[in-house]
Amino acid sequence: MTTTEPGLAGRARARPARPGSADATRAARNRRKWFEIIGLSGPAAVVFTLFVLVPIGFAGYYSLYKWSGYGWPDEFIGLDNYFGPYGAFKDPIFLAGLRNNAFILVGSLLIQGPLAIAIALLLNRRFPGRAAFRMLVFVPYVLAEVTVGIMWQLLLQPDGGVDAFLTRLGLEQFITGWLANLEVVRWTMLFILTWKYTGFALILFLAGLSNIPDELNEAAAIDGASWWQTQRYVTLPLLGPTIRIWIFLSMIGSLQQFDVIWVASAPAVRSLGASNTMATYMVDHGFNQREWGYGNAVALILFVISFVAALIFQRFVLRRDIQGAQTRGVA
Amino acid sequence: MRIKRRFGAVFAIVATAALVASGCSSGDSDDSGSKSDLYAGPVTLEWWHNGNQEGPLRTLWQKVADDFHNLHPTVTIKVTPIETNELQRNRLPAALLSGNPPDIFQAWGGGEMVEQVKSDYLMDITAATKNEVASMGPTSKIWSVDGKQYGLPFSFGIEGFWYNKDMFAKAGITAPPTTLDELNSAVTKLKAANATPIAVGAGDKWPAAHWWYNFAVRECKAETLANAGSKQQFTDPCFVKAGEDTKTFVGTTPFQPNFLATPGQEGATSSAGLLANGKAAMELMGHWNGGVMQTLTPDQKQPPFLGWFPFPKVSGGGGSQDTMMGGGDGFSCSKKAPKECVEFLKYIVSPDVQKAFAGTGSGIPTVKGAEAGLADPVLQTIAKATQSAGGTQLWLDTTFGAKAGTAMNDAIVAIFAGQGTPQGVVDALQKATAR
Repeated sequence: MTTTEPGLAGRARARPARPGSADATRAARNRRKWFEIIGLSGPAAVVFTLFVLVPIGFAGYYSLYKWSGYGWPDEFIGLDNYFGPYGAFKDPIFLAGLRNNAFILVGSLLIQGPLAIAIALLLNRRFPGRAAFRMLVFVPYVLAEVTVGIMWQLLLQPDGGVDAFLTRLGLEQFITGWLANLEVVRWTMLFILTWKYTGFALILFLAGLSNIPDELNEAAAIDGASWWQTQRYVTLPLLGPTIRIWIFLSMIGSLQQFDVIWVASAPAVRSLGASNTMATYMVDHGFNQREWGYGNAVALILFVISFVAALIFQRFVLRRDIQGAQTRGVA
Repeated sequence: MRIKRRFGAVFAIVATAALVASGCSSGDSDDSGSKSDLYAGPVTLEWWHNGNQEGPLRTLWQKVADDFHNLHPTVTIKVTPIETNELQRNRLPAALLSGNPPDIFQAWGGGEMVEQVKSDYLMDITAATKNEVASMGPTSKIWSVDGKQYGLPFSFGIEGFWYNKDMFAKAGITAPPTTLDELNSAVTKLKAANATPIAVGAGDKWPAAHWWYNFAVRECKAETLANAGSKQQFTDPCFVKAGEDTKTFVGTTPFQPNFLATPGQEGATSSAGLLANGKAAMELMGHWNGGVMQTLTPDQKQPPFLGWFPFPKVSGGGGSQDTMMGGGDGFSCSKKAPKECVEFLKYIVSPDVQKAFAGTGSGIPTVKGAEAGLADPVLQTIAKATQSAGGTQLWLDTTFGAKAGTAMNDAIVAIFAGQGTPQGVVDALQKATAR
């Protein structure tokens, strides 16, 4: 918004003087443009500043203090909450949370993506009951995170639904403490997240597929391409922009993961670093352990990591989509 | 982005709101406490308590507020029930910080209260409550700081083992254990009878941590524990000893499998639920456990097979063998509250209200004589044991405050998980105040 304002103003000033009336209308039009710019972007800018920029600034300020939330922060400790001997980057449980975030990120991309693409290609063909099937796959995404967390917590508890199911199948030797075994629990969390968010990837991919004109498939068929070849050389490249946008959303979602794990994984398991993420760690310490300054530091670390990841991804991956290079891959 | 915005913003919005609110309130000089006469003008008291679940306690508190208004029509009481954790961790700190706190609110004593007093949030009620304090005895000290009274408890009870008499009989255990050795042999017998000896809600951390607290009371002298609370001194070897006791006991695998994910109080598969439904033989838990178990059985009644015995003696322990771990609930008045607040606080702990409280089965009352209102035989047992205990020690996490308390609980859970060491708990306590 702001970058266009000097440009407009500069152009207005640079125009040579015109006869009175025309100049007046131009000035009036200019004024109107300015009112529109300020009037339309103003509220958004104010809200954005108040509820995004100012809080980030506050978080940065508080993170420099040792503060329990009682009284105003007055014990300035510089960057100790970040790099001090007891700072976030020295705390093995925070680092475990960081690793768990990375695990979820990589796991989501490697499992959800191919799975969703496969299902989307399948569901893109005509067969009886297609609409019902599409809806079924999408249902988990519609459920609230907390609902999903509680549901799986109940299903996965000892002698719960999952254990009973495995016993019926004769697989009881695989039963373990899904939520209590410290080696297994991060896989359990990844499973729940995959179950929930594959539907989201799927709906994006189906929308992307519906944008690919049928003519291209027909042309490929006329050229003698098999179904597999059509998918590989026509459909997937055209789906590229959608896949890249999904990777972006999935990445940010993985870094910020909170709700499902907060609900489904016990506080004890989180505090041992087996299932925590940066976000659950932040709330556990910021609120529950009354380390408000430290909690703000963790929030800022989380913010910077997400922000940098988003910037890099936009700069190097999403840019070609934005520039309209959509069909380049087809050639 | 969702999460970052939500939580980053919550932090900051609370803070911004607090800034604005305190900016507004610092200027006005509306100090109603300075009014000379009680009940002279109309006053509204804002009351925050944690009896948020529909039930006898919530009903009682509303009635208490209404009754007080009828007795003193100038005083109107606005009651707000809030879930404990939400109240203690979020709402109360934010309200106190904003300079616009409720007049009377839930207080748990210990390290938290020390911090609140340090920040000058609480009203000194020493002079006005001498009679009440005398009637409660040493329990009331938990709600005092440096000899000054800052709150009054309406409920206090000790912790012990809630156990299933039928399962004990079936396993051939004739009398409740009184020593750690007897407890160990009871565990062995119960295992032989194919029962889960002990349920622990380690998933919530504190139920596991309470084992260490009780061992610490048996191993550490009272003054060592007192110094730990007030001076953050944890160098005494008795703390490591408590960790070794815990480690040894966990090593005998007395608990249900997968206890690291077992919650303490929610649902039939929580530790309280396992005991209430006959799936485990005992649980170490506070005096409120009967009320919790009522909600976890199919018929919504406290099971008839329940008994209770105190934490056993530990042979060779350097601490007191008849001091009991315990805790309670109280209320404090904020510094800015009108004088009527103290009168209302005194009304809450008056004998009649205390008897009515005992009748709700929500806990053990603090004022002498009120325990006559207790209907439940188990609670009567605990009330008697509370009175006859050689001393009481407040929950160590409450004593040490939220920071050290949580760090300690995390380190104890690590022992339960087989990852932590006895020294690890002491280390966690010592460095907890660093941030």
